[in-house]
Amino acid sequence: MIRAERPRPGADPHAIGRRRFLGYVLAAPTLVAAAELGLAPEAQAQLPSPDITRLLDLNDVMTAAALPTANLITVEVNKDGTVSFALPRAEVGQGITTSSAMLIAEELDVPVEKVRVTLADARPELLFNQLTGGSNTTISTFVPIRVAAAVARGRLLTAAAIELGAAVKDLTLRAGVVTDAVGRAIGIGDLAEKAAGARTEQVSVVLKPRERFTVIGTPHNRVDALAAVTGRKKFAMDLQVPDAKPTMVCRPPTINGTVRSVANLDEVRAMPGVTDVTVISTGVAVRAETFGQCIDAVRALRVTWEAGTAAGKSDESVLAELRAAEAPFVLPALTPTVEGTFTFHFRSNSALETNCAIADVRPGRAEIWSALKSPIVAKEAIAAKLGLPPSAVTVHVTESGGSFGRRLFYDAASEAAEISQRIGKPVKLMWHRADDSRQGRAHPMATSRVRASYLGTEVLGYAQHHTSVSTDLSMGLGEIFTALAAKLPVGDIGFSETFFQLSQSMPYRFGVSSRLLTETDKGFNTGSMRNVYSPDVTTARELIVDRLAARMGKDPYRFRREFLAEDRARAALDKVAEVGQWGREMPPGTAQGIAFHSEYHAVSAVLVEIDCRPETVDRPVRNGVAGPRVTKAVMAVDVGLAVNPRGLEAQMMGCVMDGIAQTLTSSLHLRDGYFLEASWDNYFYTRQWNTPPELRIIVLPTTTGEPGGAGELGVAASMAAVACAYGRATGTMPTSFPINHGTLSFEPKPTVPPVPPSPTDGLNLAR
Amino acid sequence: MPKHTFRLNGEQVTVDVADDVRLLWVLRDVLGVTGPKYGCGINVCKACTSHVNGKAANPCAIPVKDLAPTDEVTTIEGLPATVGKDLHPMQQAWLDHDVAQCGYCQPGQIMAAVALVRRVAEEGRTITDDDLDGIRNICRCGTYFRIREAIKDGARHM
Repeated sequence: MIRAERPRPGADPHAIGRRRFLGYVLAAPTLVAAAELGLAPEAQAQLPSPDITRLLDLNDVMTAAALPTANLITVEVNKDGTVSFALPRAEVGQGITTSSAMLIAEELDVPVEKVRVTLADARPELLFNQLTGGSNTTISTFVPIRVAAAVARGRLLTAAAIELGAAVKDLTLRAGVVTDAVGRAIGIGDLAEKAAGARTEQVSVVLKPRERFTVIGTPHNRVDALAAVTGRKKFAMDLQVPDAKPTMVCRPPTINGTVRSVANLDEVRAMPGVTDVTVISTGVAVRAETFGQCIDAVRALRVTWEAGTAAGKSDESVLAELRAAEAPFVLPALTPTVEGTFTFHFRSNSALETNCAIADVRPGRAEIWSALKSPIVAKEAIAAKLGLPPSAVTVHVTESGGSFGRRLFYDAASEAAEISQRIGKPVKLMWHRADDSRQGRAHPMATSRVRASYLGTEVLGYAQHHTSVSTDLSMGLGEIFTALAAKLPVGDIGFSETFFQLSQSMPYRFGVSSRLLTETDKGFNTGSMRNVYSPDVTTARELIVDRLAARMGKDPYRFRREFLAEDRARAALDKVAEVGQWGREMPPGTAQGIAFHSEYHAVSAVLVEIDCRPETVDRPVRNGVAGPRVTKAVMAVDVGLAVNPRGLEAQMMGCVMDGIAQTLTSSLHLRDGYFLEASWDNYFYTRQWNTPPELRIIVLPTTTGEPGGAGELGVAASMAAVACAYGRATGTMPTSFPINHGTLSFEPKPTVPPVPPSPTDGLNLAR
Repeated sequence: MPKHTFRLNGEQVTVDVADDVRLLWVLRDVLGVTGPKYGCGINVCKACTSHVNGKAANPCAIPVKDLAPTDEVTTIEGLPATVGKDLHPMQQAWLDHDVAQCGYCQPGQIMAAVALVRRVAEEGRTITDDDLDGIRNICRCGTYFRIREAIKDGARHM
């Protein structure tokens, strides 16, 4: 554990505001410095308050969960002058390999380009400390990574002092080179062996103070950008594992259906390129020389299926279930109220890289390659499934082609292991896009009921009852909350409710505020999707905020400004109002919308302009949804301290696109126990024709000095701002999302066979 | 098995594979060329966008038998060589604007952008917002805005 030693009063005036930390030098051939992952949260257990997130939020719990079980992360200095670090997290596009390299470069005084960050294999000894989720990576690694780098820096200077015959105080380490007072220089690569530890020892270090940062807080391009633009970046399906041949699964026509019988196994086994066909727990697996031949074989299989876990269900029947489960507002309204009930339909994580994994299962051992955000849980569960000890299962974490919550689940890795064991050969398993849409994870359908009571110009109370199809938090996140729920000052409640209470906040001074989560129906494959509850909860709240403002005859921006509780919140709101020219004249059918959201010790405000005029809504787009166009978006974000402002800006840009999609166009339609969507021209995530031509992301200056969470932060305010703008442009209050859900804008593909045929007209369409 | 021959990134290649296997799988599974990505398999996500004789085309929708021996297939791996440099100007623009997030769609985005700029230039005009709106390539990380900026910049250097 890293312990902060309080500086003794009056001991050293330069120590004020600087804390001393303990790290390690490990016995190794070259310099290996280490620190334990996990830092005691500042938050103290205090009396429960109406809004416990001000004391302790989700991230504090995740960080605290790591404490008793934390283990070492290591920074290694190599003889070629590079520095290696195996990050125990998943890089899914959020840029943590870059920001982690920046932390090391800052503290070790080496160029970012000299830091090689790879993704660590599953390390069971890290327990809770290898979960990527809840926007927690930078929060939980900010200090430990720097401590390890600072230990390395100290050892390098000591070694250089001996080498150069100089005093450490006369040495400078810059850009990977140590220089003494008379200009003699030695590179850190040449010191790597000399600085190595003969035995493992504990070392105390002082971290560089914030005012001396030259890397942290300075925009930096991604360390993997060159690999990405040259096609050299390797994702799971790009890896060449000997004899791991393409494999796909013929899946049921309804959610979680199972195989009853297959009529033509031998016939399909004899198809060109096919090497194996076998029935598994989720369908019929096919292995072939190419994925194209897998697709043909999947389509040729004649399978009789058992009904799944959502048999006969539809959007309408699930909405009825939710309505029946909704908790009533207990107290009668004694004052005027503003109320609303909002419906949020199923949505798909839909990472562009579909679910996939390579598995090589042999007698007595197994090796897995997959993009995994909870690799330890995956390793242990797969070992149990295969009947192997966890130590016999190696799990490699690959770079991921997006996640949005999807890679918290290891379904593909587990399925690939099952197939490989069944046929006794390595497999490269890939889900078809149709599989991902129809049998993949979905953000659960939910309703949110809000009642705000007011009198004159005061808001007296705010209550929000969120009712949702159960969110599966079991793979990783769930374990933490199960373990910790009892220790939290929120009473004896389950982890979904705990998660809900910890992740939601009430940023406005709205008198007595309460919120409640009710969950129903575990028949769907659900999960978080770039946030769990916040986008929906916030959108409902912000629409009601606009209503309240209207009731009181106030401007939506000024009303929010007046009721926001914190200065940081007002600063973000003011910034978007100023830059976005809030209140400017707009033609009829167009409008601005403004919204606010805080979470993960961070705040975000968004202003958008939307065009809902018929000529825009009905603009022609082939096989796509045009609809209202967000013509401008301005976001201001304060994450406390942005390690890499350019990366943060990229994250927020993505959040804006998600917000636009969730309010306007993207959802899954449930009918007869299956989702109708089977591809991208069915599932209308934001496309170029929906993208705001004007976009400004403003990263606000450092406030708290500690990084907050960022990966998911911006979705909620973006979604809400688009909804508020739409409401103001159309003179309505939208209550069902996305707003086009009622119109099916595509011809659903058949469910049998489960995947569409591969087209043949590619050359004709070249342009 | 039938033999098929075509030009790939400047070299003649010959593969032994069934007639109807789509080019995407010939590239990825047979030849180990993994720049073009799978995202849908039905020519809508555009993650596999490459060039056939200089035009944007999607290998997931091209049976290998449709290629003639003289057809020139260019994937992201072969793009820099088309201008005789280590990086094509569009790739450089992508780096300058730090476009990529997860990076999965980016080879396809860049190949689509290069073909778009060439087509627009052949029409004797410069890129417009309507041209950019017409790009169908999905970026699920939502880095569309930086893609737009990079294309305009890259076009100036092509």
